[in-house]
Formats: sequence, structure tokens, C-alpha cells
Amino acid sequence: MNRQIISPSPHIHGPESTRSIMRDVLIALAPMSLVSILASGWSVVLLLCVSMVSCILLEFLIQKYWLKVPVTVSDLSAAVTGCLLALNLPPEAPWWIAVIGAVVAIGIAKMTFGGLGQNIFNPALVGRVFLLVSFPVIMTTWDDAGSMFGLVDAFSGATPLGEIKEGLKSGATLSELKADDLGFTQQFFLHAGGSTGELSALALILGFIYLLCRRVIKATIPLTIICTVAVVSGIFHLADPEHFTGPVFNIFTGGLLLGSIFMATDYVTSPMTTKGQIIFAVGIGLITVFVRYFGSYPEGVSFAILIMNSTVPLLNKYCKPRRFGEVRK
Amino acid sequence: MKKTFRIGGVHPHDNKISAGAATEIFPPVETVYVSMAQHLGAPATPVVAVGDTVKAGQVIAEPAGFISGFVHSPVSGTVKKVEPRADIAGNMVPHVEIAVEGDEWAEGIDTTPDIIRDIPWTPEEIVEKVKKAGVVGLGGASFPTHVKLAPPKDKKAECVILNGTECEPYLTSDDRIMQERPEEILLGGVIMMKALGVDRCYVGIEENKPAAIAAMTKAAAAYSQVEIVTLKKRYPQGGEKQLIDAVIRRQVPSGALPIDTGAVVQNVGTALAVYEAVQKNRPLIDNVITVTGRCMPVQHNYKVRIGTPMSKILEVAGGLPADAAKVISGGPMMGRAVANLDAATVKANGAILVLTEKETRRRPESACIRCSKCASACPMGLEPWLLNKLSRAGGRFDELEQERVFDCIECGCCSFTCPAGIPLLDMIRPAKAEVLKILRSRPKKQ
Repeated sequence: MNRQIISPSPHIHGPESTRSIMRDVLIALAPMSLVSILASGWSVVLLLCVSMVSCILLEFLIQKYWLKVPVTVSDLSAAVTGCLLALNLPPEAPWWIAVIGAVVAIGIAKMTFGGLGQNIFNPALVGRVFLLVSFPVIMTTWDDAGSMFGLVDAFSGATPLGEIKEGLKSGATLSELKADDLGFTQQFFLHAGGSTGELSALALILGFIYLLCRRVIKATIPLTIICTVAVVSGIFHLADPEHFTGPVFNIFTGGLLLGSIFMATDYVTSPMTTKGQIIFAVGIGLITVFVRYFGSYPEGVSFAILIMNSTVPLLNKYCKPRRFGEVRK
Repeated sequence: MKKTFRIGGVHPHDNKISAGAATEIFPPVETVYVSMAQHLGAPATPVVAVGDTVKAGQVIAEPAGFISGFVHSPVSGTVKKVEPRADIAGNMVPHVEIAVEGDEWAEGIDTTPDIIRDIPWTPEEIVEKVKKAGVVGLGGASFPTHVKLAPPKDKKAECVILNGTECEPYLTSDDRIMQERPEEILLGGVIMMKALGVDRCYVGIEENKPAAIAAMTKAAAAYSQVEIVTLKKRYPQGGEKQLIDAVIRRQVPSGALPIDTGAVVQNVGTALAVYEAVQKNRPLIDNVITVTGRCMPVQHNYKVRIGTPMSKILEVAGGLPADAAKVISGGPMMGRAVANLDAATVKANGAILVLTEKETRRRPESACIRCSKCASACPMGLEPWLLNKLSRAGGRFDELEQERVFDCIECGCCSFTCPAGIPLLDMIRPAKAEVLKILRSRPKKQ
């Protein structure tokens, strides 16, 4: 024995680290990224690279030269933010959009609050919403001149949610718009129109299953959001099928799956207890549906998550875990 | 479905590498150092003087209070010194040093291996015999057993639960005694049932000890009041509150005692000691100690006389390897790091575990990512991340009390599980001690 260590128990530690968790999130995002690359080609590769590199570089520069604190980019959290940001952009968006998004996400939403673990709002979503209100045309039109492998037919125009919003505003009904007839199979496997990370429900669900198996996240938040959206949109759709889109359409279009699986489950900006997580997720579901039905924007997932992010400190304060020996009420 | 407790818990690798090593009698040593503080409560008062000749099993110290205990000489020989000596942490504790001469036992002790099944004793006689034999809880807390066998008049015991979970990784001494002496353990349980006036005894054993479960089940066939309960492998199942929850589905309310659920929990080692005390008049002077570690060339389970220096045990076990960095008395989750390797073993010493620097390394602390894995792992349903924050903020004891820091059982699940490497328990422990001190200082309600 060369050096005797004396420290308090426990004397062994689990295998999980912040880095391994972030790596798992990146692995879970891989199927979606791959599908997007196959469907939309090099522009997505460029966006992913620019976004991730900008996020990592920014965090590095801010920590090293501005804040002069230990650099923690190796925990991969900036890489996750960069990847999510890219997946929140339209596939044909210009590369400098990603740089601006990264500056807002890392520089404003994350580092000003004190870095990892301190931010109130999901950095990637702050970046996305900033871009959405600053560059609405770039962020809501989907323009694909021809994909790399021709998996998606050339398509140009607004997203399905955008088309319906415009159509309904001009007084048309859903059956006239026929936008709802986007086949379920197509929505599930691969469909046009939307951000890079919204193309394939199947790829997102694969990532979801991976995260569940690796116990990185629990199913509580995503499933509660999806159920809330299904129930609320189901009620509206039944009441007035001509003006309100149905549950399947609402779940599989737009950023709902991407948002509920990868953004709403962000550890830092979601509640700590199951009780809090359920309230949080129901809130996201409700706000999403209401923004889609009644708001001026076609899509509401980002707003819903950001609004509910702000309730997290309160939810953590009032939602306590069930204590040992506590009588069940 | 196998039973387990309902809140929290973690699954460390169980590393039961010494499970196959049959119990060996540890060779006699030249000198033993018997601590006077081998039980929870006041240290015992020595009743021998330097120069006295003592026999194995003879009383050498008497209890110095209600929560205290008798201490017996583990060997025959001459008392050399009665003076303070450093324990494993380096604290000076009164010890009686005895030079070993031969192996003569005090009168009336039955040292034969015969199993005596007839229990003619009254509950009072049993409690008295257990007290006189210096039996303490061998699960780790060293609570005097006779106190637990005589609960206050207003509490009613309903069952005895024997703790054979051995949920700490590495440890195998309970596993070995359950395989080697199952019927004596069960008789210990029967004796305790009689002392408490109850007619039900459960033995909780985790599923990773199939040989022990088989041996105990076979032995239990003759005892209709005893039920062997196979439990899922999950730490900290051997915690008293967790075990009661797992076996009889009752949770001890915060601030209450386990007896309030009607259960009296005793370790299987304690049951064996009770059997020997009552049926064989044999006081608690030795115990089975697992000497283990991945870096140790040979794994051992030794039956060791109390008071043997740990350095001696490690030497006989093959010596400390060059890459050994930490010696632990007990398991890797709740055991104590040994600072003084020359410290002598005490009654509740169940294991000497040797870890390398790599095995015991702490990850550098990084920012809390609020994953709430600590809260999911906490078997008491607390929020370690919050307790850590309040503890570090300093002096926020009212909030710590409100967040029930005093319920913490210091099992280490939070620190074990934290991906950011935050030493949560290190921060919670002092906060808990401070809050308990404040609670005790408050005037009692009339």
C-alpha cells in the first residue's frame, strides 16, 4: 500500500456521469439526424456541424476568456444544445442562422445564468424562438429543391401546420384544405414540411426508446404531453371537425415529438419530482394545442415548453416526493 | 414477484467474490485488545486489573448505563494493560490488553457443536442471558440486543424479522453462517420470538444467495412459525426500515421506532449470538469477518476472536497488495474507512474490505444538472440535491428540518448515483447531525 485513502462512505460510485448521459442523448438523436441527412442532403450536415461547433466553441471561449472559469465543454452538454438547435431549423436554412442561434442559445440562455445546471430556459429552444421571431420567413418555409437521395419529392411552401393556419384564417374549412389527408404512414416514417428534426416520427421514437432503456429519462413527461394533446385535440376535433385538427395530426406533425422527447425532458429545465413533471407536461400539452388552434403562430411547442420552464422553480418548491412512512392520502 | 422495499434504492455490482470461501477458524494471536466501546451507548466499565488471569468468556467489563453492555474476555491469558488505545478512526477508546496463554474457557460454557433445541427459559430469563452475554446488533449499529428484546410496555411486538439480506456489496459473512449454521440461526429466532411473546418470524434473504436460501429453507421445514422470504437484490434492503417495508409492507413513520410497526429486526448473526448465549451460555467473543477485495489474492471468511488487530488479519490473509489504497471496516456503501490499521476488531465488525484507488475513486465534482437521480435513489423519499444545497448555504437549519434531513439513513445511494460526482452525503451528514442536536435541545412537549 503506497497511499492510504481515508474518506467517508460511500466508497464506491456508480458508472454514470454527466458526459455519459449527454453522450446517450447524442446517440438518441442520431437516427433523426441521419434520416434528415438522407432526406435533405448536405445542407443538414452543414447545419449540424455549424451549430454544434458554434455552441461548443462559444461555451469554450466564454468560460476560458470571459468568465475565466474551468472549461467544461467536455461534458458534451453544449454539443447536445447544438444538435437540438440544428434539428429545430428548416433543412435548407442558411448556415449563419445556426451561428446566430448558437450565440443566443449558449451566450444568452445558458452562460448568462451561470452555465450548465443554472439556466431557467432550455437553451436550444431560446435560440429557436429568437430565430423564429427574428427571421420568420426562413424559419417557417420549407424549401427543398431536390434531396440527396430523392426520398422526399421536391417541395416548397409552408409547413403543414402553417398551411392549415393560413387556410383557416382565410375562412376555409379543413375538408376544403385537405391538408389533413397527409397519410398517417407518411407522417410516421418520413414527411415533408417542418424543421429538420420533425421529419420522421419513427426516428424520434427510436431515440426515445434508447433513452428509456439507458434510463436517461423517464417516460413521464413525453407520454403526459402526448396524452394531453391527444385528449384536448380529440375533444375539439369531435366538437367541430371542420375547424380543429385531430389528435393524430397534432401528435405527428410539427415539433411535438421532438419537443416532448428531447426538449421538455431536459433535466435542468424540468421539475424534479413525478408530481411536478406531470403538471409541467400537462401545461405543455395544453399550451401547445391552444397556440396551434387560437394563436397567431402555426406551431406552439417551443412556446409551451419555454412558458412551462418558467414554472419549474415553483413546481420544485411545492411538489415533494412521497416520503418514506408518509400516510397515503 | 419477489418482494422488495417501495421507495428508491440502487443496484451496485454485488461483487460477492468471497461467497465460496468456507469459514476458517482464525489462528490464535499473541495479544488481543478488547475495546470497552463495542456497543451503542456508554462504554463499559472494566472490572479487571493489570496482572489478573482471565479465561475465555469471563466478564472483563460491566455496563455503565441502560444502553450499554457487558464485555467478555475473548481469550485466556493475563491482563497486561487497561488504557486508552486508538480505534479504526484514531479515536482513543479504553481497551483491555490481554496476553494470550492457552485456550481455557470460563466455567459453564458449552463449547460442543451439539444443537440444543429445547428452550425452557422464560422471556425474562432470555433477556437476562442475552444481556449477560454482551450480545449487540451485528448488522452494524451495535445496538444492545437485550434492549430491543424488551420493548416498552406500551409497544406491542407482532413479529421478528431476521435480516439475512446482506445487501452491501462484497460482504459474505452472513451468507456463510446461513449456509453453515442455519438451524442455530433459526433457534435464535425462535428464542427471540419467545422473549417477545410473538408467534411469527420472517427471514429476509436477497436472491443472490441461493445456497443460503436453500439451507435456511431446509432447516425451516421443522419450524412452522418461521418463513423464509426471498427478496429482490437491491440496496439498501438491509436497512431496518427498508426490510420491514419489504417483508411486511409497513413503513415506519418519520420519528417513530421500528417497533411501532410491530416488527423487531435482528441480524442473522445476532440471532446466532442469541442462540449461543441462551442455549450454550457462550458470550459474544468472536464473529465471522469477510476479508475481501478484488485486489486481494485470496478471499477469506474468518471466525475471529474479538480484539484481534486488523493488521494481523490482513497479514494472515496474504498481506495488503501494492495497489491497495483503502481499507474499509464493513461494506463499500456504509462501511468506515480504516485510518489506523492496528485497531482491533469489535463485535460488529463484519468485514475488512480492501479497495484500489481506481475502485474507490471519486469523480471530480461538476455542476448539478438537476437530473433528480438522487431523489429517485433515496430510500427515504428525500431530495438529496436540495439538502446538499441547503447544507452548503450554511445555517438554513429550519429548512433542513422541514425537508426532513433527520430521516436520512446515510445509506449513500445519493452520492453513489450522482452523475455530477457531487459528494451529497458528505454535505448532508453534518447538516443532519446539527438538526438532530437542535431537535434534542428543544423542550419536550408536555
